[in-house]
Amino acid sequence: MTNEALQQLIATWIPELEFTEAESQFLNIEVPAQHLHALMSQLKSNPETQFDYLFCLSGVDWGEKLGVVYHLESTTHRHIVVVKVATENREEPVFDSVYDIWATAEFHEREVFDFFGIRFNNHPNLKRLFLTEDWIGYPLRKDYEDETNMILL
Amino acid sequence: METEVVHTNFKSEEYFINMGPQHPATHGVLRLLLTIDGEIIKKVEPDLGYIHRSIEKMCERDSYQQIVHLTDRMDYLSANINNEAVCLAVENALQLEIPDRVQVIRTIIGELTRIASHCLWWGVMGMDVGALTTYFYGFRDREMINDIMEETCGARLTMNYNVPGGLMHDIHPNFVKRVKDFVAHFKTKLPEYDRLLTENIIFKKRMIGVGILSKEDAISFGASGPVGRASGYSCDVRIHHPYSAIDKVTFNEALRTEGDTYARYLVRIQEMWESLSIIEQLIDVIPEGEHRVVTNAVIKLPKGEYYQKVETARGELGVYIISTGTKNPYRLKFRSPGFSNLSLLNHIAVGGKIGDLVATMATLDLVIPDIDR
Amino acid sequence: MIQLRITEHIHNWLSGMMSEGAVSIVEMVLIAIVYLTVFAIAGLFLVLLERRVAAWFQLRIGPNRVGFQGLLQTMADAIKLLTKELTGTEKADKFLYNLAPYFVIISALMALAVIPFTKEFHAFDINIGIFFLIAISSIGVIGILLGGWSSNNKFAMIGAMRSGVQTISYELSVGLSLLTMVVITGTLQLSEIIEFQKNGWLIVQGHIPAIIAFMVFMISGTAETNRAPFDMVEAESELGAGFHTEYSGMKFAYFFLAEFINMFIISAIAATIFFGGWLSPFGITESIPELGVFWFLAKTMVLVFLMMWFRWTFPRLRVDQLLTLEWKYLLPINLVNIVLMAVLVWLNLTIRL
Repeated sequence: MTNEALQQLIATWIPELEFTEAESQFLNIEVPAQHLHALMSQLKSNPETQFDYLFCLSGVDWGEKLGVVYHLESTTHRHIVVVKVATENREEPVFDSVYDIWATAEFHEREVFDFFGIRFNNHPNLKRLFLTEDWIGYPLRKDYEDETNMILL
Repeated sequence: METEVVHTNFKSEEYFINMGPQHPATHGVLRLLLTIDGEIIKKVEPDLGYIHRSIEKMCERDSYQQIVHLTDRMDYLSANINNEAVCLAVENALQLEIPDRVQVIRTIIGELTRIASHCLWWGVMGMDVGALTTYFYGFRDREMINDIMEETCGARLTMNYNVPGGLMHDIHPNFVKRVKDFVAHFKTKLPEYDRLLTENIIFKKRMIGVGILSKEDAISFGASGPVGRASGYSCDVRIHHPYSAIDKVTFNEALRTEGDTYARYLVRIQEMWESLSIIEQLIDVIPEGEHRVVTNAVIKLPKGEYYQKVETARGELGVYIISTGTKNPYRLKFRSPGFSNLSLLNHIAVGGKIGDLVATMATLDLVIPDIDR
Repeated sequence: MIQLRITEHIHNWLSGMMSEGAVSIVEMVLIAIVYLTVFAIAGLFLVLLERRVAAWFQLRIGPNRVGFQGLLQTMADAIKLLTKELTGTEKADKFLYNLAPYFVIISALMALAVIPFTKEFHAFDINIGIFFLIAISSIGVIGILLGGWSSNNKFAMIGAMRSGVQTISYELSVGLSLLTMVVITGTLQLSEIIEFQKNGWLIVQGHIPAIIAFMVFMISGTAETNRAPFDMVEAESELGAGFHTEYSGMKFAYFFLAEFINMFIISAIAATIFFGGWLSPFGITESIPELGVFWFLAKTMVLVFLMMWFRWTFPRLRVDQLLTLEWKYLLPINLVNIVLMAVLVWLNLTIRL
């Protein structure tokens, strides 16, 4: 399906979505945090979209907001869509986990928690993945400071 | 401080064993916490981070040419293909017109790297299962490829031959002849590999029916590369999202449906044959032309988001760049194939025996620096 | 016939010097020293041979610097092992921990004493030769189990248990395949078995069932000594080093040496029972029975090379596949084979040259 057709179809599910195609190869969907899980389930189960392959889950620190970017692909229709979710709550950012939809999210969300501090509801085993348990701070945030470990050019 | 694992439902006849981080069978520094009952495995939990070098954070402060040098420390067995990924992402963002000569040479070197990686995988696979001689045979052939790489690219492991814009320097005059000699030599060696290991009844009994992964699970866990293809999931990036000179050649995708370790093994052997076929199709028709397009010394990507996928020897590597128009990326994320392949280890190893775990891990072909970045 | 009569001369010389009782004791001590030397030299040589053969299969050279073609390499390793610190764990059961290596060494030495190197070079020629051999090799298992248990180490104990199970299972097959040959010879005494083979080697006399018995014996023998492809218990890619994880220095050397001597013993038994022991093929050098040592060693070395070839070619069997092989395949084949051999002997269908 082309990007316009996808946009028309998905817009009918949840009204508060924002679509953009500027500055990107794929269709970007921005969804508020409370509708994230519903949108993701629909994207996977709907037979016209059938996004069954989550190939990239990245955490991003947008400056004021903390967010997660999901890259989805369908193995049957071979179209790609990008879903973005963000929150302004930098102290305690929380999103819903998509582990029950795509099993690969388990490790990816642990990595996002490790580096950005974003928590995920209903995650089976949310703890740090790469860093040790007693590490303080979230390194990939833009305001992270560490004199011993960070070398700035 | 040691990572403490608290088991709340710990039956008294189960016990708890640490495999690694120094262990001959985990390829790299991986620590597996196994909960086993006699010989049966109940739970596998990987403990990562022993070789985490914060590459993604470093990329936010480095220039794009410097980032290319960081990529071949990730999956050092497919170093050239990793470099190619970042270079392609940058070139597509800048919309540079890359000469045909560069594309063809990149493809040939990428396929040679794939064969070298699989040679090492085969040698180590035999060693893990107990046939200690295969290690030497695999390395003997890999040495030939390393010598070709040393002459043309200048290094044997971390080549850095690709730069944004093309190749760092033109190929050595001996390159074509040496590659042809290698292809002819290797075609006589692959049947030897088959006679030694593939047809061996003990090997088959260790591998058939072990570590079965269904197609739905493969897609859900994000498995890519040979792991996914052995379960019937057609995921070859070279076919679905072609790059460089791949669309000029014809090759078959190595697909099997059983999803056990033997299928994964056979898929990789077939991939070696396919790579040889691709090299043969391209080696005689390298077009003349420039080996590099001149870019600015300071590369600034236009504002936007870019994603590039390539097929490394392990699976699908993705490079996701968010740029705000400055000379460093705002955020660069590497989607590494080993990361998703490792996440399915618990799913397929539970219920099997420890010997099966070793065989399964050998066929998942994990390179831990790729996972830890 | 040229007979050197070495033992007679030494006996007469000693009798001239001291009383009968003292002569017996001195002779026994001399024989013990000779066998210990044989044991040590065989061990040294076999370790080097294994390394050179492995290197040959793996397209490399192997140790060839220390001494002529590396012959002193194992001496150097032994000296290194002697100077190593004997680490022991605190919670290990001291007495059993120290006792365990001696069980394996003693059982290997006792088995060596019964094997005929040539007509006169045969230390202990009792009339239950084969039965004694099988019984002695069962004692070695105790050493393994003790070593694993007394180390107070989880992995060592798992390794010891698996190894014990494996050895006990395959002893059955070893014993039964040897019994198949006893059906033809009608005697358990080793020197008489060799005399019997002057009419042709037993593997030729017994043709089909003898060949089957030989193959079963080689497979079970390799499994008895915990060698690849049956070395899951001490596999390096698995957990630790099996039952001898906690041993270092000389005690580790004992376990290690005992494994090689066991391999030699299995090959020696096969050479004696299936291939004629110290007899020359077609009686070429029958007039010089002392050359029997050379023939015996040649046959044994061929079989040792075969066992090394197995190790460096085949992958490992999983533990449950190992036991399945024994109980579901080798044991029934063995039992049927004995019946077959008995029928052959009864109907006088053996080949006599």
